[in-house]
Amino acid sequence: MNTTIMLFLLQDGITNGAIYALLGLALVLVFAVTRVILIPQGEFVTYGALSYAMLATGQVPGTARLAVAMGLVAFALDLFFARKALHARLVIRSVALNIAFPTALLGLVYALVGPHTPIAVNIALALLIVAAIGLFLYRIAFQPIAHTSVLVLLIASVGCHLALQGLGLVFFGAEGLRGPALSSAAVTAGPLRFTGQSLAVYGLTVGFIVALWLFFGYTKTGKALRATAVNRLGARLVGIRTTLSGQIAFLLASVIGAISGILIVPITTLYYDTGFLIGLKGFIAAIIGGLVSYPLTAVAAIVVGIVEAFSSFYASNFKEVIVFTLILPVLVLRSLAAPQVEEEKD
Amino acid sequence: MSALLTVTDVHIAYGKVEAVRGVSLDVGGNEIVTIIGANGAGKTTLLNAIMGVLPLRGRTVFAGVDMAPLDIEDRVATGLSLVPEHRELFGTMNVEDNLELGAFRIPKAIAATSLERVYALFPRLKERRKQLAGTLSGGEQQMLAMGRALMGAPKLLMLDEPSLGLAPIIVADIFRIVGELRSAGVSVLLVEQNAQAALQIADRAYVMELGEFVLSGSAKDIAANKGVAASYLGFQHEGESAI
Repeated sequence: MNTTIMLFLLQDGITNGAIYALLGLALVLVFAVTRVILIPQGEFVTYGALSYAMLATGQVPGTARLAVAMGLVAFALDLFFARKALHARLVIRSVALNIAFPTALLGLVYALVGPHTPIAVNIALALLIVAAIGLFLYRIAFQPIAHTSVLVLLIASVGCHLALQGLGLVFFGAEGLRGPALSSAAVTAGPLRFTGQSLAVYGLTVGFIVALWLFFGYTKTGKALRATAVNRLGARLVGIRTTLSGQIAFLLASVIGAISGILIVPITTLYYDTGFLIGLKGFIAAIIGGLVSYPLTAVAAIVVGIVEAFSSFYASNFKEVIVFTLILPVLVLRSLAAPQVEEEKD
Repeated sequence: MSALLTVTDVHIAYGKVEAVRGVSLDVGGNEIVTIIGANGAGKTTLLNAIMGVLPLRGRTVFAGVDMAPLDIEDRVATGLSLVPEHRELFGTMNVEDNLELGAFRIPKAIAATSLERVYALFPRLKERRKQLAGTLSGGEQQMLAMGRALMGAPKLLMLDEPSLGLAPIIVADIFRIVGELRSAGVSVLLVEQNAQAALQIADRAYVMELGEFVLSGSAKDIAANKGVAASYLGFQHEGESAI
C-alpha cells in the first residue's frame, strides 16, 4: 500500500468516523438522561436523509404525516395521564405542542414543497419533521415507562426501531435514494481532495461537539440535563422535570440523527433500513466510551471509522465483522476492570 | 394562625405492609417541629411521602394547597423542600452548580441573592465552590444538601437525619444553622435519631413508634417525659419502663 491510498483511506475513515461520533454522542446523551439505549437512532438518520431526499424531488415525505399522527397519540396520552388534574394551561400547552406544531409543519411542507425549493429550506423542513417524531416518540413509548429497568426500556427501544423501520419501508419504498449535495465546492491539498460535503461533515461535527459542550457546561437547561443523568431523585427534588429532560434529550438525539443523515445522503445511497447499521457503529463508539464519556466516544468513533475504511480496503467482505468485533475486547476489558454493578433502583 | 403543613390520617404502605398508620401532624409558620423515634419507626417514609416520593393514603395540605395531585416537582414550586437522608447531590458537578440547580425554579435575580445568603450561612461551601460535590466530606455534603434546598427559597424545609454519620462538632454547627433558619422565616420539619439535639432546638415534637405517633407536645414537655428520656435520651429513671 502506498501513502496516497493510506491517506485516502484515512480521510474516508475520518469522514465516516465524524458521523459515528455525532451518533455516538447522541446515544450517550440519551442514555445518561433517560437510561434508554436508543436503537431507533438509526431511523432518525434514515428519516432525516430520506425526507430530505424526497423533499428535494418535490414530494411530500410520509414522515410529515407520521409526525401529525404521533402528535395525536401524544396528545391523547397527555390527557389520559393528567385526567385527575386537568387544567386549562396544561391542555393548551399540550394542544400547541402535540397538535398545532406538527399540523403547522405539515401545512408548511405542503406549501413550500416543489422541485425548486432551496436546499436550506428542505434541510430545515426535514430536521423539523424528524425533531417532532423524536419528541413524540419519547412521549409515547418511553415517558410512560420511564421508571422501569434498563432492560424494559431496551425492549421498548427495539420495538420502536422495528416499527419505525417498517414505516420507513412504507414511506420511502424499497429503493434507495440520494440527495443533492450541500455544496459542490472542492479543495485539493496534495493528493487529497476535500469535497464541500466532507468539509461540511467535519465542520458540523466539531460545531456540534463544541455546542454540546457549551450547552452542558454553561446553560441552566444543560446543567439540569446533567443533573438528571447524575441523580434523578436529586433533580426532581430541586424541581427539574425529568420528563422534560427526557424530551430534550430525545429532541437533541433526533436532530443529531437527522443531520447525520442529511450529511451522508449526498455521498452514499441510503435505503429505508440503512440507518440501523450506521447507528450501530455509533453505538459501538458509545459502548467503548462506557455510555458515559463524551470525549472517549468521539475518539472511539473516529477509530471505528478508520478501522472500517481500512478493512473495506483489505477485506471488504468482512468489513462489518471486523468493525463489530472491536466491541469484544472492550467488553471483556470493561467486565474485568469493573465488578458487576446491581442496577440502581429508582 | 392556620398551619403551613397539615397532614391528616396518613397511611403509607410498602406492598401489603403498612409502614405508617393513621398519622396526623401539623407545622406552623416560623416553627421547628421534630419527629423522633427509633430506627425503622417510619420517620423517613413519612417525610418521603409528604414530598411525593412515595404514595400515601390520607390528606396533605401545604400552604393551602392540596398536595394529592401534585408531582414532586410541583410540590417544590409551592415552597416545600426535602433534604433526604442520602442527600442525593449531583456528585460529578461542582458545589456552585449544585447550588445553582437548587434555584432551578427561581428567577435568576433572586437566585443570586439566595446564593449570597447560603454562602453566608455556610462559609465552608464558598471556599469549596469549585470542588466536585462527590469529593466533599460528609459534613460538607450535608451543608451542600441543605444549601441546595434553601436556594429554592422554601417555606418549609424537611430535614431527614441531618446529623447521621457526622462528627459531633459538625452536628452542633448544623443544628445551630437549623435554629437560624427559623429567624429567617423558614419552618423546619426535622426527623432525627439524635433526639437530644433535636429536642433542644425544636418548638414541638412528635414521638414515633412502629409507624404511629405515640406522643406529641411541646419539645420541653417531651424532653421532660420520663418514658421518652428512657427510650431516646439515654437516661434511665428508676421504676419507669419505656413508653
